[in-house]
Amino acid sequence: MAATTHDVHDGHGEHHHGPAKGLGRWLFTTNHKDIGTLYLLFSLLMFLVGGSMALIIRAELFQPGLQLVDPHFFNQMTTMHALIMVFGAVMPAFVGLANWMLPMMVGAPDMALPRMNNWSFWILPFAFTMLLSTLFMPGGGPASGWTLYPPLVLQTGDAFPFVILAIHLMGISSIMGAINVIATIFNMRAPGMTLMRMPLFVWTWLITAFLLIAVMPVLAGAVTMLLTDRYFATSFFNAAGGGDPVLFQHIFWFFGHPEVYIMILPAFGVVSQIIPTFSRKPLFGYHSMVYATAAIAFLSFIVWGHHMFTVGMPLTAELFFMYATMLIAVPTGVKVFNWVATMWRGAMTFETPMLFSIAFVILFTIGGFSGLMLAIAPADFQYHDTYFVVAHFHYVLVPGAVFSIMAAVYYWLPKWTGHMYNERLSRIHFWLSVIGVNVLFFPQHFLGLAGMPRRVPDYALQFTEWNMVSSIGAFIYGISQLLFVYIVIQTIRAGDKATDRVWEGAHGLEWTVPSPAPYHTFDKPPKISTADAHG
Amino acid sequence: MTNPDITRANRRLVPKLFLFSIAMFGFGYLLVPLYDVICDITGLNGKTASSAVAMDGNANGVDTSRTITVEFVSSLNSGAPWEFRPAVTRMQVHPGEFYEMSYVARNLTDQDMVGQAVPSVAPGPAAVHFQKIECFCFDRQDFAPGESKDMPVMFRIDPRLAEHVNVVTLSYTFFKLDPSS
Repeated sequence: MAATTHDVHDGHGEHHHGPAKGLGRWLFTTNHKDIGTLYLLFSLLMFLVGGSMALIIRAELFQPGLQLVDPHFFNQMTTMHALIMVFGAVMPAFVGLANWMLPMMVGAPDMALPRMNNWSFWILPFAFTMLLSTLFMPGGGPASGWTLYPPLVLQTGDAFPFVILAIHLMGISSIMGAINVIATIFNMRAPGMTLMRMPLFVWTWLITAFLLIAVMPVLAGAVTMLLTDRYFATSFFNAAGGGDPVLFQHIFWFFGHPEVYIMILPAFGVVSQIIPTFSRKPLFGYHSMVYATAAIAFLSFIVWGHHMFTVGMPLTAELFFMYATMLIAVPTGVKVFNWVATMWRGAMTFETPMLFSIAFVILFTIGGFSGLMLAIAPADFQYHDTYFVVAHFHYVLVPGAVFSIMAAVYYWLPKWTGHMYNERLSRIHFWLSVIGVNVLFFPQHFLGLAGMPRRVPDYALQFTEWNMVSSIGAFIYGISQLLFVYIVIQTIRAGDKATDRVWEGAHGLEWTVPSPAPYHTFDKPPKISTADAHG
Repeated sequence: MTNPDITRANRRLVPKLFLFSIAMFGFGYLLVPLYDVICDITGLNGKTASSAVAMDGNANGVDTSRTITVEFVSSLNSGAPWEFRPAVTRMQVHPGEFYEMSYVARNLTDQDMVGQAVPSVAPGPAAVHFQKIECFCFDRQDFAPGESKDMPVMFRIDPRLAEHVNVVTLSYTFFKLDPSS
């Protein structure tokens, strides 16, 4: 291997150039850092679009009665908010972080398949333009909820085939991105970077990528069946022709449950990078973290039934899905324990990435506990399709996945831009976010337990107060994200010069290159020192 | 950036990953027959057999010590222009004995119509024990303009029906079919 590396370096001089000029740089780039930036900016834009839709929802729900929007448009907002946040904001943000950081973390010059990398990003703007354009079509956009259950979804207007094709494009983009990640991690690691020395963000992404290539095609199959049911007279889900609508729920959730781990495993990885840095201790239980991640990924394939306890399953199936779901609490508990144990007696400081990470650990655990409550099959009949479910999955996705993305951006932004962000403003952003998000979602637990159904534009009078509180939290949280946009732009333009190591306690290859990271890094594979290796 | 070792390794790995994705697309479709087979065996989705069982006398005997309530429910798929209801809404039956009842349907339009009733039994596991000797749901039903029909169903509850089930609900949903299909 040593000889080959040497050859590579020799025949390589002509590749040392900077980025191309103008728009072409971004359209035709094959550089993992450029593509990472594109993914992250696209995700930020979609986060704001999807967030605006959430604010329309919360504004309508501020008081009972129909105020601002008609119910059909309200349903389009809930559906589009979910599709955009899942496929447009959270997933591309993690792919962007993977693009930027994975090659630098494993000591590779770029992703394994740079041209495909360009393609998998540039599909996304087309997919989301198509999805968003459905709002202006006759009959409006999709209004069936992001789960697209038939027969309701088959009543979508002219938008229907556009929605299906947009989902196909998002799926193709994710699958290509995932294949790129797997090939990079398996084939591009620097000599000495063994699998069990990889940073945990790399590990969680490797496992996420396998989940992606396993389940995104299943979603593609499910929506293709919807398409042929509507236009080509097949009867997969049409009872008149011998089909069964419940079948769709099985196929959808076979995709849907691994999908929720696709959105949280990279978040686990991010937090596992940040907490050791600011605790100035190595990660507690590295090996158990890796095995716990793999265990969660495996279990995610056998628990889909807990989304459909109320469809009329036999008792044995309900029990199986209930126990299998509860089993996930074990590896997840291992992870939470390890994060806390990493902080235990560490020399901790509380810079913004650490604040977001600690909030992640606490608030994600709250979301995990409400998940355990929902896993109890007999109790789920009461919670099913109420605001309790809404509170649960927003706790794991917003102060879970989204907070970890915020933490990651603050953590690596100095490396990307060469500038330190404004610490005072970013702390204000953190406190507004953490207060806003709890005021927004915690009351939804009470609403759900009191019986308020989800996906409704109007509600009974007794739910008014908590809905008002929740809407106020939504606007605090939503508007404070504009501060985040301001901080990021400010940091890109100017700011104190960041050192190469940036954080005193940071370990890993990405901190051995200059800040800002040069356009090309690790053209020559680095020597892996013990200090830079994990585990 | 073009290390031949890495290029070769990528050429080996990447097609496998793509093939795996394509196989998983197929797996999504494989779930369809898999679901049907599992439901046939277990009756999970409440679907009764789509053809008649033989009238083989009282193979398992009539259990007069046990009385089960059978409820009849009807519903129309959205936009199906029929009036559709059961002639009686409930019956007390003994397992093993044959019973006959009927559903009444009337074409509300002034055109020829073709309809199909799709049955479903709740609770789901009771479906395999709900045996139909004759049913209007086995065939498409043709209606002249304004025609009203009395459509019979002959059934029997298998005595092997689980002990704890005392009420079985038979539901029919009436769908409009395209006359040309």
